[in-house]
Amino acid sequence: MTAETGIGARVTRKEDVRFITGRGRYTDDINGHGQLHAVFARSPYAHARIRSLNLAAARQAPGVAAVLTGEDLAAGGVGALPCGWMIHSRDGSPMKQPAHPALAQGTVRYVGEPYAVVIAASREQAQAAAELIDGDFEELPANVDTGSAQSFQPIHADIPNNLCYDWTLGDEAATDAAFAGAAHVVELDIVNNRLIPNAIEPRAALGDYDPGTDVLTLFTTSQNPHLARLVLSAFVGLAPEHKLRVVSPDVGGGFGSKIFIYSEETVCGWASKKLRRPVKWTADRSEAFLNDAHGRDHVTRARLALDADGRFLGLKVSTIANLGAYMSTFSSSIPTYLYGTLLAGQYTTPAIFVEVKAVFTNTTPVDAYRGAGRPEATFLLERIVETAARDLGMDPAALRRKNMVPRDAFPYATPVALVYDTGDYQACLDKALAMADYDGFPARREAARARGRLRGIGLSCYIEACGLAPSRLAGQLGAGVGLYESAEIRVNPTGNVTVFTGTHSHGQGHETTFAQVVSDRFGIPLDQVEVVHGDTAQGQFGLGTYGSRSLAVGGSALMKASDKVIAKGTRIAAYLLETTPDDIDFEGGVFRARGTNKTKTFGEIAFAAYVPHNYPLEELEPGLQETAFYDPQNFTYPAGTYVCEVEVDPETGGTEIVKFTAVDDFGQVINPMIVEGQVHGGIAQGIGQALLEACRYDRESGQLLSGSLMDYAMPRADDLVNFDLDVVRTDCTHNPLGVKGCGEAGAIGSPPAVINAITDAIGVRTLDMPATPLKVWTAMQAGNAAATGS
Amino acid sequence: MYNFTYHRAGSVDAAAAKLAEGDDPKLLAGGMTLLPTMKQRLAMPSDLVDLNEIGELKGITVSGGTVTIGAMTRHAEVAASAEVRQAIPALAKLAGLIGDPSVRNRGTIGGSIANNDPSADYPAAVVGLGATVVTNKREIAGDDFFTGMFETALEDGEIVTAVRFPVPEKAAYCKFPNPASRYAVVGVMVAKTAGGVRVAVTGAGPCVFRQADMEKALSSNFSADALSGITQPADDLNDDIHASAAYRASLVAVGAKRAVAEIA
Amino acid sequence: MTVKVTTTVNGGQVSGDVEPNTLLVHFIRETLGLTGTHVGCDTSQCGACTVHFDGVPIKSCTLLALQAEGHDVTTIEGIGEPGHLHPMQAAFQENHGLQCGFCTPGMIMAGIGIVERNKGGLTEETIRHELEGNICRCTGYHNIVKSIAAAARDM
Repeated sequence: MTAETGIGARVTRKEDVRFITGRGRYTDDINGHGQLHAVFARSPYAHARIRSLNLAAARQAPGVAAVLTGEDLAAGGVGALPCGWMIHSRDGSPMKQPAHPALAQGTVRYVGEPYAVVIAASREQAQAAAELIDGDFEELPANVDTGSAQSFQPIHADIPNNLCYDWTLGDEAATDAAFAGAAHVVELDIVNNRLIPNAIEPRAALGDYDPGTDVLTLFTTSQNPHLARLVLSAFVGLAPEHKLRVVSPDVGGGFGSKIFIYSEETVCGWASKKLRRPVKWTADRSEAFLNDAHGRDHVTRARLALDADGRFLGLKVSTIANLGAYMSTFSSSIPTYLYGTLLAGQYTTPAIFVEVKAVFTNTTPVDAYRGAGRPEATFLLERIVETAARDLGMDPAALRRKNMVPRDAFPYATPVALVYDTGDYQACLDKALAMADYDGFPARREAARARGRLRGIGLSCYIEACGLAPSRLAGQLGAGVGLYESAEIRVNPTGNVTVFTGTHSHGQGHETTFAQVVSDRFGIPLDQVEVVHGDTAQGQFGLGTYGSRSLAVGGSALMKASDKVIAKGTRIAAYLLETTPDDIDFEGGVFRARGTNKTKTFGEIAFAAYVPHNYPLEELEPGLQETAFYDPQNFTYPAGTYVCEVEVDPETGGTEIVKFTAVDDFGQVINPMIVEGQVHGGIAQGIGQALLEACRYDRESGQLLSGSLMDYAMPRADDLVNFDLDVVRTDCTHNPLGVKGCGEAGAIGSPPAVINAITDAIGVRTLDMPATPLKVWTAMQAGNAAATGS
Repeated sequence: MYNFTYHRAGSVDAAAAKLAEGDDPKLLAGGMTLLPTMKQRLAMPSDLVDLNEIGELKGITVSGGTVTIGAMTRHAEVAASAEVRQAIPALAKLAGLIGDPSVRNRGTIGGSIANNDPSADYPAAVVGLGATVVTNKREIAGDDFFTGMFETALEDGEIVTAVRFPVPEKAAYCKFPNPASRYAVVGVMVAKTAGGVRVAVTGAGPCVFRQADMEKALSSNFSADALSGITQPADDLNDDIHASAAYRASLVAVGAKRAVAEIA
Repeated sequence: MTVKVTTTVNGGQVSGDVEPNTLLVHFIRETLGLTGTHVGCDTSQCGACTVHFDGVPIKSCTLLALQAEGHDVTTIEGIGEPGHLHPMQAAFQENHGLQCGFCTPGMIMAGIGIVERNKGGLTEETIRHELEGNICRCTGYHNIVKSIAAAARDM
């Protein structure tokens, strides 16, 4: 019954029908009765003191219900937006967290920071009134630069050197000793470019307060509605948790940017309570550019020590990470525990030391964006490994193979705090090289040269740590929340099943994948399983979707809940079949008394559970509903090899990706079609980072220069090619599905493959992302000057 | 978007009359630039006079060595026109490189040239092919039409009605698009016409311009080789986050060479 | 001051009173309640708002509602429904041409335009080029290109 739809089957998605027929229900599609519209007044300056705000004209404008400022919010008891992960500096001191009010109070610190909100009967009226706010600003010096931020005057008066923390990981003495004994040392300066997430659905919020029940319902574009409710209740103080319902309906992509708790949903929720009317805000794209948390933005110096045979002896990394003007919800964890811990990569480097200085600048806050820390780690590692191979005159694939963790060495403890449970890195490399016809590359390069094109090939062997992850470990590392997941299975009296998950799907296809798991376990048709997510009034709790955690953690919770349902069903069946639970087998949707023909179907047991006429009520409660929480023992460790082949037009610097090969190990795969889709999208975002996407601020004024899709180049269909994918499978050893997670791999693994290919093609040592035609052309003009290193 | 009074004009004369009445009226052609500008609240005309229903402004005719394109003819129609493809394939190609398919289904040649965005494609065609801009009041030589960044020779109340392109002996257009906006970082139209060789460059400077050195070299030897050694000075070229002036200058030379190579 | 606009949407005549500055997409979404057409940007680039206007794809965020007077508009809701999908809709599901679904209505409407413009034969290169007005952040376009190619065989 379930072979075509169960675990491992390439099932088309259940959720698609509503999306392809225009029946999806996104936040902006929802309207409250008598709703008002919020428009935010945003700072035109990168840094300024607010001398005064004259709101009189705005308040008197047609249709205006309220004009509110940061002071109004503070007076109303609205707390600041917290950062939920405590990082300690190397001297043991806690990170310095500046207050982050939902609306600025006294000072604005980045262009686009909201400092007031106008709430009016129509969006047009609110916008017109917002233009009437007369702000008297005293412009202050602004800094947008990561590398020099520590020497700039403090952006927050009480935070010297703009330094949030100075964090380290690894054994510095051992690493220094490794360098002292090295035959070769390779050094590389690396910039990881700031990115703007640009989920195609702009963020939106609708606060809808019911004075009758005192319940505030907040519809919002969140990747983690339960976490939003927890933070908005416990820290921001919007409403008690039991009086706050957060609904994330269909959400149009997130990529990290919709994890965080922002000003706008806070204000809409609070204003709805205050005004007793629904209050709605939908970002336009320009606001998204200015205000959605950005990603990456690292400046790094890395050094790799090798012995005479090319074995890695030590890696030393010094990074400055830009946090922006304030700390977003998880920003502190990204350049630390999601970055430094990944620096072993796939290799047996015995000594690693990393230091990270996180700095404040007059820019939009920076937080997790697809991959979050792991792309930054992978980029520097795979760039420096490739560079080492070139410096040593070794084949880059051979150098990598020589240093890979052997397949018999698992579980493998790295010098940067992780224990890899399983993997087969050599198999991924071998398969990728074969698919990419690595050996045939020299001939292709020659053929390209004859056509006047420069062809290059680049590798990237990535690892990631995902399935976020064990609460105990996260707690030790400073997390303010647990990192488990929940699942509830309600078997309905008629035998179909409603599944509630604390994860959230905004493109990942959980409604299908999770249903496949349940359908497979219970032996019931896929269409008998409904997966519900995104509503705190329905699912009990959950941590949401990010860090490729949904299946590895949420799917595992689902397996546990399934086990409980089957266990109870078994007890019911035993009673009905007049035997003991130990003698009941459950397979293919049928409970059978072992060694007999006596059976009960899953549906019959469900009905019996709710119609307990013939039922041992003293032993078994009626009903068939189970909840499970799953907290894993470890991260999961997907890994793989990506190979990119490019051709560069030497006259224009234009780069064309001509072939892209990806071999990933995600452990068991529930739905290969969906997994391939995740990899495609991740690779596209990685190629976007490598070739196209440049967040640019004006260094003098702090204005965002790349503030629209006219100036920020998103990957389009004609920038990309079809991707050649395959998998290697080593199952995760510590979760019941053996799954590892696939959401971020593409974005983590692809940027270094692209840059390694371009630098190979044009023969330069360094090339910053994005490698735009201008940058590649400029690098070629500089020619051999750059090739000698700087 | 600020509000305004909307007028749907049925004829050029009616449009001109409406244009004469308003405080600060603007013509609405394809709207592909005007409406986004108004959405950003960067323009607030008192009146919009919609030209989209005026039949006399639409259509393509080819006769006597001239391709005449009505001002409200969409880019998609020019790109797909069998007659244009036959007579001036480079013009059809250029039209097919503007914006994207949905933009080409609305955007018009009249709107494009009247706006004179420095990185728009059509100005390269008008100047490069030696076209004549026809208005409701007069005819303006292509060379005289574009007067500066977003500036044209059009006077208040003047409405472009058509553009007449003399069919060249041969012509080619080479464009290097901005990867974000798809406007031209540099676009070069090279044409061998009855009146001589023309090389028109868009995207590179504040306004479309003719590259005289290249025209001179190609006049005596119409081959890509004739352009070797001729460089475009970077002075006065645009310099932005996408392309430096030096890079644009280099692309002018590359674009011209490639355009010539396509047809030489 | 509102003005009455009458137009044909998905085969039926509809009217509404709109401000002159009302965009077609807002008329479709808010006046008519057809929320399948989305707004993803404010610079006419993302294509999430693509509808057919007199039979060809256009961006409904860059047209005034009043300009639709007397014209014919088709939205994603007008081309097929569950059980009776348009071949392009079916191809997107069959080929996993969507993930979050937000750009999807625009992609499908643009995809139909691509197939109809290229009746003589459709290459992957043409599909990729003619998708330049539609941005997807989820799929990497691989399966969108595949979906449109598959639909072309069935249309």
